[in-house]
Amino acid sequence: MTTAEKTKAAPRQRSDVILNYLRPKKKFPNVWCAGCGNGIVMSAIVRAIDKLALSKDEVAMVSGIGCSSRMPIYLDFNALHTTHGRALPFATGIKFAQPHMKVIVITGDGDALAIGGNHFIHACRRNIDITAILVNNYIYGMTGGQGSPTTPTAAFSTTTPYGNAEKHFDPCKLAEAAGASYVARATVYHAPQLEKAIMQAVDHRGFSLVEVISNCHTYFGRLNRLGDAVSMLKEYKEKSVTVARAKRMSPEELKDKHVIGTLYEDDKTEFCDEYQKIVDAQMGEK
Amino acid sequence: MTESKAEQKPASEKKGKSKYDYSNGPPPLNINLAWCKACNICIALCPAQVFEPDRDGKPVLARGEDCNQCAICWVHCPDFAITSNYK
Amino acid sequence: MVDTQRKLLLGNLACVHGAIYAGMRFFAGYPITPSTEVAEGCSRELPRIGGRFIQMEDEIGSIGAVVGASVSGVKAMTATSGPGYSLMVENIGYAYMTETPCVIINVQRGGPSTGLPTKGSQSDTMQARWGPHGDYTAIAVAPSTVGDTVTETIRAFNLAERFRTPVTILLDEVISHQREMISLPKPGEHQVVDRVKPTASPEEFEPFAHTAGGVSPMPAYGEGYRYVITGLTHDAMGFTTNRPDEIKLKLDKLRNKILNFKSEITKLRIEMMDDAEIAFVSYGSVSRAVLLAVALARKAGVKVGMIQLYTVWPFPDEELRDYLVGCHKVIVPELNMGQVVREVGRILPPDTEIHSLLRYDGEILTPMQLLEKLEEVM
Repeated sequence: MTTAEKTKAAPRQRSDVILNYLRPKKKFPNVWCAGCGNGIVMSAIVRAIDKLALSKDEVAMVSGIGCSSRMPIYLDFNALHTTHGRALPFATGIKFAQPHMKVIVITGDGDALAIGGNHFIHACRRNIDITAILVNNYIYGMTGGQGSPTTPTAAFSTTTPYGNAEKHFDPCKLAEAAGASYVARATVYHAPQLEKAIMQAVDHRGFSLVEVISNCHTYFGRLNRLGDAVSMLKEYKEKSVTVARAKRMSPEELKDKHVIGTLYEDDKTEFCDEYQKIVDAQMGEK
Repeated sequence: MTESKAEQKPASEKKGKSKYDYSNGPPPLNINLAWCKACNICIALCPAQVFEPDRDGKPVLARGEDCNQCAICWVHCPDFAITSNYK
Repeated sequence: MVDTQRKLLLGNLACVHGAIYAGMRFFAGYPITPSTEVAEGCSRELPRIGGRFIQMEDEIGSIGAVVGASVSGVKAMTATSGPGYSLMVENIGYAYMTETPCVIINVQRGGPSTGLPTKGSQSDTMQARWGPHGDYTAIAVAPSTVGDTVTETIRAFNLAERFRTPVTILLDEVISHQREMISLPKPGEHQVVDRVKPTASPEEFEPFAHTAGGVSPMPAYGEGYRYVITGLTHDAMGFTTNRPDEIKLKLDKLRNKILNFKSEITKLRIEMMDDAEIAFVSYGSVSRAVLLAVALARKAGVKVGMIQLYTVWPFPDEELRDYLVGCHKVIVPELNMGQVVREVGRILPPDTEIHSLLRYDGEILTPMQLLEKLEEVM
C-alpha cells in the first residue's frame, strides 16, 4: 500500500492520541521553552507513527545532543539519547543489527550538520532505511544561541555578534546530493504537512530526511529581532511556498523563501536489503 | 474524553459560527493548565478566535461555541495541553 | 586422525575466531594498520553465519554503530589501533555510562600520533584505563600469543556481557601480524556468557537498578521493554537526574559492579614464583621473552619467577601483593616509557626495589636484554 492508501485506511485519529505515547513515569511538561517548535514536531511524529499503525516496540528513536534531541526521552519508544553528532551511527548499528526495527533519528542543525556532518552524508550515501528528522532552528539552542551551519549570512548569534560572516548549508540539497532517497521539508507552522512528510519518510524504504524549520524565539528570534513564537510561525506561513509553486518562481523570487513538501524521492535499493542478499547467498552456499 | 457526539444541527439554528452545538454536551476543548506554558500560539492561530488569555496568558475558552474542531490548536500546541471532547 | 581444530592463524584473525565463538555477530570498523585484518576477517566470516559487517566512515562512527547494535541486542565489536582508539574514547565513555557491553580491540602501534604504524608497542595501556573523560572503572585484557588471543577475546566478551561494560583488548602489532599453529576451541569447550534478561514485567522494570550482582538485566529491542538510554547521568529508571544522591549512586555503581567482583575478572599466569626472590611482572607480547629468560635464569640457579597479567585493568593490586610478598626485587619490562610500572610501584611496600626495563624504539624486548637486566639488578 502506498503511504497515501495507508493514511486513508488508518482509523480516524483522536485529538488526544499523543497522550497514549508519552513515556509512563516521565514528568511533564517537557523541558523546552514556552512555544518551542520541538513540541509541535514531537506531536506530528507521534500522529504519523500512530497513523502508520507501527507498534511501539518496533520503533527506536535515536537522538544526539541539543534541544530537539531531548525528544526520545519523552516518548514510549526504544529511546537512545547518544553523543553530540553521533545519532546516525548509533542508529545505523540498531537498524543494521535489527533490520525489522523502524529507526527514527531526531537531530538538530548543529548536531547533524556540524559535528555530525560526516555521519550525515555517509548515512545518505549508504541509503540505509533510517528516517532523520532534522529540526532546523538555525542556531545552537541548548548551549545558548551560538551560530550553526544553517545560520544565515549576516544573522546574529552569540558567536556572530557582528553578523555571521559564513555561508550556510541547505540540508535538503546536501542530503539529495549525498544519496538520500527521500527528502522533504516542512515548517512547524505547517503541522499537517509536516505530519504527512514524516509518514512518507518513515514509510519510505531507504534514507529519508525531513528538515523541519522550527522557531527558536529564545535565541535566534531574540538576537535577530524576529519576535515571539507566534510571529516566527506567521513568518514561516508567509515565506513558505510549495514545491509546485516554487517551480514557477525565479531564483530571485525564491531567495529567502522556504520550499516545502517532498523535494526528492527515488527507489534506489536500500543498504540492509542489499546486505541481506549477500548473507542469504553466503549462508545458502555453506 | 467523552464519546458524546453533538448532533449536526442545521446551519440556521446553530448558535456560534461552528457547525457543532455544544449547548448540552461537554465543552469543545480541554486545556491542561498544568502543562500549558502560555506561549500564545493557540490563541493567535485559532481561526475562530475562541480563546482569550487569562491573567497568566493561558488560553480560556471565551467563545467555545465558535469552535469548529479544526485541530489547528492541538496540532500546534508544543506541550500537548489541548485535547478535544469531540474529536 | 587430523585435528581439524589445528590452524596456522594470523593474530588478527584469532580475534575474529574468538569473537565469533563468543557469539559476536556485529562488527563495525575502519581500516587502520596494524588491525585491518580483523575487519577484513569479519567481512568474510560474518555473512556466512548471518552476522553483519559494516565499514563506517570513521572510528567514531564505528564505535557508535557497535554500541547501537549492542543496545539492540546483538554482541558487537570493533578493532582499531592507537589513533582510532583516541577517536573512539568519547563513545566508549558513553558505553561506560550506559553500561553497554561491547569489545574494542586496540592493536597497539608506536605512538603518539601517526607514530610507527607497523611497529608493536604497549604505549596505549594507560589510555585503556583513562581514555574517556570522567570517572568509571575499565576492564582491559592483554593476550600474549595468537593462541591466547582467541581465548582472551572470548573472555573479553564474557566480561563485557557479565558486567555490562566495554572491554578493551590490548594487542600489539607483534602478536597481530604473526602466524602461529594453534588449536581452535571446540564448541562447548569454553563457557560463553550472555547478558541477563529481565524477569520483572515491563511496567516494573528498572533498566539501571542497583542489584546485588551489581548489574541490571538488559533486554533486547523488540522484547516489550522500551526504556530510556542516555549519556546524561541518570537514575534507576534511566531518567536524567541532577540529584546528588542519585548521581553518586550511579557512579558508585559503575565502580562497584567491577571492583566488588574483581575475582571474576583478574587473571594472572604465575611461573616459578614459589621460591622466587626476584620477579618479572609483564603483560602482552613481552611476556613470551620473559618466559624464556626466566627459564634460562632458573637453569643458572637464579631464584626468579614471572607474573603475567592477562587482566591489566582493573589492576590486580591484592593478588600481586600476595604473590610478590617474598620478592624484594621486581622488574617490569614494557614496550613503552613506563606505564604499568607505576601501578606496580603504587601497590608494593616501599622497601621493594622496582626496576623498569623499557623499550620504545619500535623493536621488541629480547630474552637477552631481560637476562642482562636481571644480572644488573641481582
